[in-house]
Amino acid sequence: MVGGVEYQSADVKALEADAFANPGMLWVAQGERLWNQAAASGPACASCHGDAAKSMKGVAASYPKFDATLGRVVNLEGRIDACVRTNQKGSGLVPESPERLGLSAYVAYQSRGMPIVVTIDGPAKPTFDRGAALHKLRIGQMNLACTHCHDGHAGKTLLNETVSQGQPDGWPAYRLEWQSLASLQRRLRACFYGVRAEQPPFDSDDLVALELFLAHRAKGLNMSAPGVRR
Amino acid sequence: MLGRIQVPALVKKGEPFEVRVLVQHPMETGFRRDMNGRAIPMNVVDKLKVSLAGREVFSAEMGSGMSANPYLQFYAVANEAGEIVVEWSDDKGETGRATAKVVVARSPS
Repeated sequence: MVGGVEYQSADVKALEADAFANPGMLWVAQGERLWNQAAASGPACASCHGDAAKSMKGVAASYPKFDATLGRVVNLEGRIDACVRTNQKGSGLVPESPERLGLSAYVAYQSRGMPIVVTIDGPAKPTFDRGAALHKLRIGQMNLACTHCHDGHAGKTLLNETVSQGQPDGWPAYRLEWQSLASLQRRLRACFYGVRAEQPPFDSDDLVALELFLAHRAKGLNMSAPGVRR
Repeated sequence: MLGRIQVPALVKKGEPFEVRVLVQHPMETGFRRDMNGRAIPMNVVDKLKVSLAGREVFSAEMGSGMSANPYLQFYAVANEAGEIVVEWSDDKGETGRATAKVVVARSPS
């Protein structure tokens, strides 16, 4: 297993490793501010969870995860969104909004360097199976599945781009092309676009299932969010 | 608007030290169009000023050629301890500010 940053140029690797210059750290700082700030209609994240450096250590590395209250598998962003809705009585976090990216980047950052370990048995099994099947399913006008590029041809080039293994370890990551931090779901949707397939909406069961499969596939890799990608 | 400024933990009196500034900003060029085809107005951080203990040490006027979330790096010299302050404003008139403490090492004598 090879992490996503290993396929990047030396410049991008250096940018990711530099805790100040890494632009993703701007979102982490923003998330830290939101964490400690009381919501309009409820308590701050910190009121219940305390110091994120302690309470959120390693948490992101275990997501996506089955949530008994919600009755389905959720990814980290979905879990934060659910917490905002139920405990802060808010209206939820819009996908790719600065608030959602900030909080998820801040929580994911607390797991930096920790191994990705997800549960795929029990109630998470159907979702995992769905993700594993999607990974092998040919889609779009290109008639390609994830596995064709990211298992079969990782390390080779696609025009001037090196195909990675499609690992989720650095996400949410700052993508230079988008000049913004982006969630793993946005990246996956871009891949759907790339093979000219219909893009599943944010937070759809398909994307969460794929995320769970990818997290299981990344066994042995350590979290490195916020990463930097080209 | 969010920004960060970084200086070494300890600087030597009279010797140049590295200052790094990172500002979170979309830096809209004015050439892009939104989903409905309407032009997105230009909005970049046009003025940025860094002062050390009240004295201006660096300033920049940036245009649409700068990337989003601009990163700047330069060298400054401090003779005494003080606060280093970066202040910026964009085309919309929004301003931002970030500070850091500069601590000057006592000379070895």
